[in-house]
Amino acid sequence: MTDRPTGAAPSGAAPVASEDADLAIRTDGLTKRFRSGQVAVAGIDLRVPRGAVYGFIGPNGSGKTTTIRMLLGLVRPTSGRAHLLGGAMPEAGAGVLPRVGALVEGPAFHPYLTGRANLGRLDASDATADPRTARQRADEALERVGLAAAAAKPYRQYSLGMKQRLGLAAALLRPRELLVLDEPTNGLDPQGTREVRNLVRELADHGTTVLVSSHLLAEIEQVCSHVGIMSGGHLLLQGDRAELTGRGLPRLSLQTSADHVGAAAEVLTGLGLTDVQTAGHTVSALLGAVPPEKVSAALVHAGVDLLGLEVRRPNLEQIFVELTGEGFDVAR
Amino acid sequence: MSLVEVAPRRGSLLRLVRSELRLVLGRRRNIVLLVGLSLVPLLLGTVLFLTQDTALDGQGPGFVGRVTGNGLFLVIASLFLCLPFLLPLTIGIASGDAIAGEASAGTLRYLLTVPVARGRLLAVKAVGALAFAASAVTAIAIVGVVAGAAFFGLRGITLLSGTTVPLGDGILRVAAVVVYVGLSMTGLVAVGLFFSTLTEVPVGAMAATVVTAIVCGVLDQLPQLATIAPALLTHHWLDFAEFLRLEPDWGVLGQGLALQAAWVAIFGALAWSRFTTADVSS
Repeated sequence: MTDRPTGAAPSGAAPVASEDADLAIRTDGLTKRFRSGQVAVAGIDLRVPRGAVYGFIGPNGSGKTTTIRMLLGLVRPTSGRAHLLGGAMPEAGAGVLPRVGALVEGPAFHPYLTGRANLGRLDASDATADPRTARQRADEALERVGLAAAAAKPYRQYSLGMKQRLGLAAALLRPRELLVLDEPTNGLDPQGTREVRNLVRELADHGTTVLVSSHLLAEIEQVCSHVGIMSGGHLLLQGDRAELTGRGLPRLSLQTSADHVGAAAEVLTGLGLTDVQTAGHTVSALLGAVPPEKVSAALVHAGVDLLGLEVRRPNLEQIFVELTGEGFDVAR
Repeated sequence: MSLVEVAPRRGSLLRLVRSELRLVLGRRRNIVLLVGLSLVPLLLGTVLFLTQDTALDGQGPGFVGRVTGNGLFLVIASLFLCLPFLLPLTIGIASGDAIAGEASAGTLRYLLTVPVARGRLLAVKAVGALAFAASAVTAIAIVGVVAGAAFFGLRGITLLSGTTVPLGDGILRVAAVVVYVGLSMTGLVAVGLFFSTLTEVPVGAMAATVVTAIVCGVLDQLPQLATIAPALLTHHWLDFAEFLRLEPDWGVLGQGLALQAAWVAIFGALAWSRFTTADVSS
């Protein structure tokens, strides 16, 4: 990250504090209260380390998009501060935003222009882009998202998935230090979703920081190195993904035959497992510090038919439910 | 990671202006509007040509009666007929759409995150809308001259005082009329831009702009409002006729241009203060 340009940042670019040098995004008490009185974002402190793939997750209406709009200088915070690549937004936008590729609340282009002409329009409006390489960069970006064949088609003829891809191509028109992708998998089929995940992975491997928001946890959970969970305008939790999921308590569950359910539950209780629950042929309990192999041995020793056994750490969705007491698909 | 250049390049403003002009003047709806305006002199010329040997020859409001005698007057008569409604309508559509159209399509948020500074974007949008207004007036003028020459021939102009000036002088005077009418539209463009920053619904901004012009025109007719009439947007629009006097009253023409400058200053400032601070949530 030593080649980060610093020279030409126009006035308003705050000096980069040393503690912030390794943060691509930092917000402090970032708050947005709309004129209606509704608080969309309630004082959040985002910390997105450079090089991270930060999964910004939460149900629809939890404040993700408003946060992203404030990060990009589209919406003014009611209070609090947002720093993007070390610059205070929105004042430092002119120096910061050329280094940021963004997809905000779905793609939007001129319907009667072709995909390539739409990219040309965006490139022409970028005061810092080199017009001599515009065509080449547009074609490369289209190639990268698999749209090369449809480059000369008017945007209005694109399918939802193609529109989404063109949005990604626009974000990739120039090399970026940070990509902010708001719901990039919306409207994509499973194959398209996989391609987006691979693209994010590939960009991250080259050192690009990626903030990717989604209301579908499972879709992005696997590519994220870091996670922030939003609900009702609050940032409930953020940090290293492995740490967060590791913090959850592992639960063991086993399948047995109908007449052995009681015996299995007794064995688990006897071993010191807590929260023993039975449901049909399944018995489950919090594993605690007991090694799973000890449990299976004890079960076999007690003559319990062991038809299946697994140990699961909670995934993010379960952590979310634990934190909020609500399902993830709640839209408020 | 590759270096991302963040220094603005020379000529970047010109590049954006070119892109905006291509967008505005290449858009099919706007081309249809321009073609529609060009039809006015063509139709008017045709009608007058077909009826010129009848008892109706030489009749009609404004300058229409003079067209059959001199094709140059087809330009003036067409502008006269378009000024109350057709010109404000087409210019209201183009300028009301400037920001609101991008907002409603969602492209505004992507322009701003490119980033384009908001003041710069507003200026470029103003250039686009002004270019469209200029094209509208020019389209009427060019088609008017060509059709006028074809139907009736061009000759020296007989002025309002009865004096006839040579053709060259006449063409200059008609050109001055066209320029004056074009400049008279600048206030309306500023009004349209301002309304355009208020809404994400382009039709609303267009309607408000056109209504502003029409209401000004109506109020201008009321003798009871004579005290405020000189401040109305449309008050000096028809003063282009000064160029058809032997000695144009430059004072009146100056007032007309100053009035437009005032409307541009006021509504330009309003548009700027609104657009540079508004939350973009479309």
